[in-house]
Amino acid sequence: MNLRDTLTLSFTTVVSYRTRSVLIVLAMALGVAAVVVLTALGDGARNYVVGQFSSLGTNLIIVLPGRSETSGGFVSAALGQTPRDLTLEDARFVGHLPQVRRLAPLNVGVAELTSGGKLREVTVLGSTAELLPIRHMKLSQGSFLAHGSGRSAQIVLGSELAHEFFPDGKVIGQRIRLGDSRFMVSGVLASQGESMGFNSDEIAIIPIDYAQELFNTSTLFRILVEARSRNAIESAKSAIQHTLKLRHDGEDDVTVITQDAVLATFDRILRALTLGVSGIAAISLAVAGILVMNVMLVAVAQRTSEIGLLKAIGAPAADIRHLFFAEALWLSLAGGAIGFGLGHLGAWLIRLAYPDLPAWPPAWASIAGVATALITGILASLLPAARAARLDPVLALSGK
Amino acid sequence: MIHLTAITRVFQMGDQEVRALNGINLEIQPGEYVSIMGPSGSGKSTLLNVVGLLDRPDSGRYKLDGTDVTALSETEQARVRREKIGFVFQSFHLIPRLTAAENIELPLMLEGVDPADRKARVEATLDAFELRDRAHHRPSELSGGQRQRVAIARATILKPTALLADEPTGNLDHRTGAEVVALLEALHHAGTTLIVVTHDRELGARAHRHIAMRDGEIIGDART
Repeated sequence: MNLRDTLTLSFTTVVSYRTRSVLIVLAMALGVAAVVVLTALGDGARNYVVGQFSSLGTNLIIVLPGRSETSGGFVSAALGQTPRDLTLEDARFVGHLPQVRRLAPLNVGVAELTSGGKLREVTVLGSTAELLPIRHMKLSQGSFLAHGSGRSAQIVLGSELAHEFFPDGKVIGQRIRLGDSRFMVSGVLASQGESMGFNSDEIAIIPIDYAQELFNTSTLFRILVEARSRNAIESAKSAIQHTLKLRHDGEDDVTVITQDAVLATFDRILRALTLGVSGIAAISLAVAGILVMNVMLVAVAQRTSEIGLLKAIGAPAADIRHLFFAEALWLSLAGGAIGFGLGHLGAWLIRLAYPDLPAWPPAWASIAGVATALITGILASLLPAARAARLDPVLALSGK
Repeated sequence: MIHLTAITRVFQMGDQEVRALNGINLEIQPGEYVSIMGPSGSGKSTLLNVVGLLDRPDSGRYKLDGTDVTALSETEQARVRREKIGFVFQSFHLIPRLTAAENIELPLMLEGVDPADRKARVEATLDAFELRDRAHHRPSELSGGQRQRVAIARATILKPTALLADEPTGNLDHRTGAEVVALLEALHHAGTTLIVVTHDRELGARAHRHIAMRDGEIIGDART
């Protein structure tokens, strides 16, 4: 019997046992759909986190004072040396490195903001004009801190603060008091909401030298550095470490974190999570495979006399085996295709319900889901098909 | 054409051995019309199954058209069944999901005949067996006589040399039974070897050679 006839004949069989076929296809489809939806969720979560990190800045390197690893030891401890602080001068040197596109020194503190009888405590960032492009911030009105070193008492307010202090909307050029000094509002940040647990709508940004004066310090909290490119990140990192080591009398007393390293860790964790979850979903496919086997075994028992007849009219064992194969193939093919559709529909519904979550099922998951369905279906039909082909025609014909 | 020598077939029933065929020697010439009769358990169906290559004898030799078919592999035996032997059963054995035409087409499909050619041959057969208006009915929508006609059409579409019928009228009333017998005899007149296993004395008597069996042995072989 040729392939086309085998497929046609088994298709007729699948269609005529309607209830049975629908149920088995459904089981298969749910398994495939589960794989597709769960990987879409996992991958969506991963992309969401990666996106959140990228929104902090691209090619970002963060320099912090102090070591985060244990090193050195006895000598420095005995001499009572503490790690050196980061200074604006350090930042200036780092800024001259060829791998660095721009940098923004950063100080953070809390101060009282007062204007027109209103008062509240706010988180204050002290930085330079470069903070805006490095952190990918956007303004809704006015301008950011001025470039250069000319001292001007400017302040940029978060959108929430601007609204609270100046509800009539006239914000730019207004005077406001922060701590003991007076500032002029030069710009308002666009509302970005909370990102990585930090609400940029409720902060105030002032020039770094004012901030150091305000908090009475000469040290920096962080230096945010943007490397020239993704490839320059590693060399920039070592160049920064080297420069600061030289400036700090040979002490390795700063920590340099790249955003990439943090990102890669999250990426790995979430990828593993996605794989784990889809692995669990794949178990349901294996269960569907066992179902197919059971159904095919029942089919062999039901159709014993038919198999006997096929043998009597001259079907070789191979033809009978192929017929049962083809039947399982149709069932799992239909299950895989419908599951693929259901899974993508599910992912679409998730994206509709949570627009922030990019729940796109990855191509490998869709392919793997459908392929697993086909393979388990065919494997599951091996035993029943062999059993059918081995049936003794005389006993089969008499229905025993 | 059919040449059986010392054929033995033994079944194990619990701890008892049943000799369904006990040293059968039989020769059937092409174009013969043979009836095999005997009480239940006499081995007549087993004999038919061995002749039709559905059952393998435990010992003895079976030559069909000069070839020793007992030595053939399973696949080769299937081909011999397909091309040289047609089976007609008491309970028709039609595939319920397929229409009359599709049931008749099955042997052509197994033989690997080209679809266009297949269609023409099925059409011709439907006409010859007066089944044209029933072609697209399922077996459940056919009468007993029509079902057996479909079964005979299926058994003969590849023009086998021997037609083996096991109680072909057993499930039919007298009148339709007579029609089916007439059909089988017409095929015999056209040159097919016809072997009928039956309980029905009237049907058995119509054959030209009567073989009587008891306890796995041939106890009578008469020609009329």
